[in-house]
Amino acid sequence: MQLPIYLDNNSTTKCDPRVFEAMTPYFLKDYGNAASRSHAYGWKTEEGVDYAREQIAKIIGANSKEIIFTSGATESNNLALKGVYEMYAAKGNHFITVSTEHKAILDACKHLEKLGAEVTYLPVAENGLITIEQIQEAIKPNTVLVSVMYANNELGVIQPIREIGALCKEKGILFHTDATQAVGKIPVSVIDDNIDLLSFTAHKMYGPKGVGALYVRRKNPRVKVTAQIDGGGHERGMRSGTLNVPGIVGFGKACEIAMAEMDTDAARLSKMRDKLENALLQLEEAYVNGTKEHRLPHTTNISFKYVEGEGLMMGIKDVAVSSGSACTSASLEPSYVLKNLGLDDELAHSSIRFGLGRFTTDEEIDFTIKCVTDAVNKLRDMSPLWEMFKEGIDLKSIEWTEH
Amino acid sequence: MAYSDKVIDHYTNPRNIGTLDKSSESVGTGLVGAPECGDVMRLQIQVSDEGVIEDAKFKTFGCGSAIASSSLATEWLKGKSVDEALEIDNMEIVEELALPPVKIHCSVLAEDAIKAAINDYRVKKGLEPLEAEKSIH
Repeated sequence: MQLPIYLDNNSTTKCDPRVFEAMTPYFLKDYGNAASRSHAYGWKTEEGVDYAREQIAKIIGANSKEIIFTSGATESNNLALKGVYEMYAAKGNHFITVSTEHKAILDACKHLEKLGAEVTYLPVAENGLITIEQIQEAIKPNTVLVSVMYANNELGVIQPIREIGALCKEKGILFHTDATQAVGKIPVSVIDDNIDLLSFTAHKMYGPKGVGALYVRRKNPRVKVTAQIDGGGHERGMRSGTLNVPGIVGFGKACEIAMAEMDTDAARLSKMRDKLENALLQLEEAYVNGTKEHRLPHTTNISFKYVEGEGLMMGIKDVAVSSGSACTSASLEPSYVLKNLGLDDELAHSSIRFGLGRFTTDEEIDFTIKCVTDAVNKLRDMSPLWEMFKEGIDLKSIEWTEH
Repeated sequence: MAYSDKVIDHYTNPRNIGTLDKSSESVGTGLVGAPECGDVMRLQIQVSDEGVIEDAKFKTFGCGSAIASSSLATEWLKGKSVDEALEIDNMEIVEELALPPVKIHCSVLAEDAIKAAINDYRVKKGLEPLEAEKSIH
């Protein structure tokens, strides 16, 4: 067993060796520019890109012509939002999104607000989800786009995408989803879910970093986005720039493997995740953040009350995870996603996200359970808050000295 | 972020964790920080009739640097007179533990905890609490 154990797969994943292998010829042998039409080097790489485009389209039920390659999900999200804002300016300027979206969505929205957009940020319930009624109520005559993430990166909770898609279709509003955490992990279909634009990326599903895609619907309705990067007119004019051929080939291979192994991976990982979660919930005052019902199979986010997240991470240095605490940042602000669930700051500071992955083993889960349990117990022994809790003192009754 | 060896040492083997009887006349207790900021320190001193700190204990909710800062503070306090203890400056803790800039507030909190514990002791002895020096953090 190699230490530290990697349980931060929502952050990024290891490249599958099969993906890596598929990519190598495109670095060393077939290195042509896919846009070069005049010689065999270009033809060969174009063929590789075309094949990958098919593999990538298939995993979301799309047509290969509907895939626009980008540098990753952040760029895809930016292109979707800013591109729609510009393209559909004549139709309206109102966007609807959710307060727990990734920063790539929230900050792009803030940028558009400065340019004149009107954005509604829907709050989530304690379980991390929004309801279809919230969207319904937020829709206005000038609404052009609804953007709701498929699955949340910190919690793993899955939003009611199908209902939202159906509603948007009925109302004639475009629907974008940031499906970065969902594609390759759970079945996603742009047809069944009536999705018009969808962002995803290779490195969250055992592919390489630096390559992503934006699905842009071509039929019913035909959707267009204004290019945000101008140049040679690649990708049907929506995203210029020489294609990252090895990355795209790896992305394709990653999609092919994910499609073939999704069901078995999901079944295996949810079993391991549940084992980890149940064992850690044996600890007193440990809580799962977000709904357990509609959730990715490989993710759990747990708060260990009266223990500070960063201190805990130091105690479990043999396990690589993420914390909702941001003590390292100058702001000392805990995760906005957890705060949006209505969690007290102290619970938000005490949270750890466990993201299992294709290469996680049972042995690693057993080690993690022991490691985290020991660290929580040790830190509670030295936590004044734990002592007060045990003495029955209400922490809210104390006048704290904010600093 | 990499922690210094000294921070890791104090985190792994914290000195003087525990609780002193806070109702005792010879014990001063300082509780500083706030749960929502992710740092709470409780530092206690037991002072002899001669005004010497005989024992010091802490409990801290916080990151590794906060734990290390308070652990180090208790180590330094033992054997010092109350007046000497007041001289401890947060920058000495920063230096000793090689804290990076983002963790300086941990040392400030430890200094605040020392002063709060001493003030609690002074009040118990019928002395004026010392004017808190406004630290910038």
